[in-house]
Amino acid sequence: MKVNLKQVNKSFPKGKHDSLHVLHDINLQIEAGEFVSLLGPSGCGKSTILNLIAGLDSPTSGEVYVNDKKVKGPGTDRVVVFQQGGLFPWMNVMDNVTYGLLLKKMNKKEAEEKAMEGLRMVHLGNFAQAFPHELSGGMQQRVAIARALVMDPDVLLMDEPFAALDEQTRLILHQELQEIWQKTGKTILFITHNIREALTLSERVLLMSTRPGAIKKSFRVQSARPRNPSDSVIVDLETRVMTELEEEMEKVLKEEFGDDYSLKTSAIRDRDRDYMGDHI
Amino acid sequence: MIVIVTIWEIISKTNLFPTFMFPPLLIPNDPGGVTVLSTLVNGLISGQILGATGMTLGRLLLGFSIAVVLGLIFGFLIARYKWVDDTLGFFVTALQSIPSIVWFPLAIVWFGLGNVAILFIVTIGATWTMTVNASTGFKNVPGIYLNAARTLGSSGTHLVRTVILPASVPHIISGLRVAWAFAWRAIMAGELLGGNGGLGYLLDMGRSLQSMDLVLSIMIVIGIIGTIMDNQVFLRMERSVARKWGTGS
Repeated sequence: MKVNLKQVNKSFPKGKHDSLHVLHDINLQIEAGEFVSLLGPSGCGKSTILNLIAGLDSPTSGEVYVNDKKVKGPGTDRVVVFQQGGLFPWMNVMDNVTYGLLLKKMNKKEAEEKAMEGLRMVHLGNFAQAFPHELSGGMQQRVAIARALVMDPDVLLMDEPFAALDEQTRLILHQELQEIWQKTGKTILFITHNIREALTLSERVLLMSTRPGAIKKSFRVQSARPRNPSDSVIVDLETRVMTELEEEMEKVLKEEFGDDYSLKTSAIRDRDRDYMGDHI
Repeated sequence: MIVIVTIWEIISKTNLFPTFMFPPLLIPNDPGGVTVLSTLVNGLISGQILGATGMTLGRLLLGFSIAVVLGLIFGFLIARYKWVDDTLGFFVTALQSIPSIVWFPLAIVWFGLGNVAILFIVTIGATWTMTVNASTGFKNVPGIYLNAARTLGSSGTHLVRTVILPASVPHIISGLRVAWAFAWRAIMAGELLGGNGGLGYLLDMGRSLQSMDLVLSIMIVIGIIGTIMDNQVFLRMERSVARKWGTGS
């Protein structure tokens, strides 16, 4: 068991006495080499789970284990790829990628060789001297992935890494991430709110319910790789996930707009489409 | 610029005011008479103005450097510890609103009339703005950089050196710029009142000798130095950071 969350609860203080219960009794196990996606509407606490595993935050109750060791803080065995990359704008690509390696007391030459290797893996071998702002969003995410991969982490944590990219770039990066995963055999936890993304990439999709966040359902994606989003298995799963997700969405919207709001019977959707005003 | 110079020359030549009060800039009113330009050139050649400039800049750099170091340290403490923010942070805002020359009487009593007193007000004039800017910079380091660095294994002083400091560079530069302006004003006031050499002292001497040509020459020198620092040093720093980070144009 690579990652193991036992009865994890998390609340954030809200105001003086109140607290916001974000995660409720999360039990989550990820096997070595597995590619798991956490899928859920925004605000369901999926990023919080990732932060707990990364050690950037600690649970209110319950325990988080990675490699059977209790997580006490950030460690290089779990590297995160953030939504906006989190590349340092004051360093060029090479310095960004070697940042963690040099911290591991690797000598500069060795680190640069390894970084080059990582950059070639994401097809950015020619951009080592560029600064992050000179790269497109997709290229920045590739650098971020390279920076995480060269650390050779046990678990790669990805927090909506492609959410800010355009559709074409995202599709390409999906292909590449699958290849990288097959090549390296890393354990990956991928966070997304995009159903198709989750289904195309992962072995297992965990659907989260919201307020408080909990794991609602688990779907196993048994489709051959490289995956095709129009594959019948994926299309079928997509409908099933969508049905489950709609319930959650409705819950969120009700909370935001009041109890009389209903997604299924909302004013716009419920208006009889055949009604042409001929009942005079 | 040319218009202003011309108007000045005309007023000077109308004999509305005595020449010592309103000396001409370029063309002497009577043959062999003084002009601001000749005084400036003579002052530079004889070393009188140059020496004074050197002295002033020396003091300024020393006071400014101390202020920057103090400002960075205070700023870091304020950003790092909530209780320091609640105590020192609040105090700094109050101190910042006191013009530094107000400290002068106190400085004279504490350190005597001289270098140390002037240095004191220069430092105190620049420290607080530097502190405010530095703490704003440190507080606004995007969390994603910190988190990224921490997951890559950085912590403690390494995190400060490689992430927190560089990420605050834009704020720090604007802090430097404002702090420099404050220090520059403080040293002029200090030297005017405190004597002991320097451009301010020379200004005061010009007043007592009733030679406004000297006063005006010094004002020109002050203006030139100020412009050079602002345009060549600080603006350049800002631009190079903006270029490297891809912010701005």
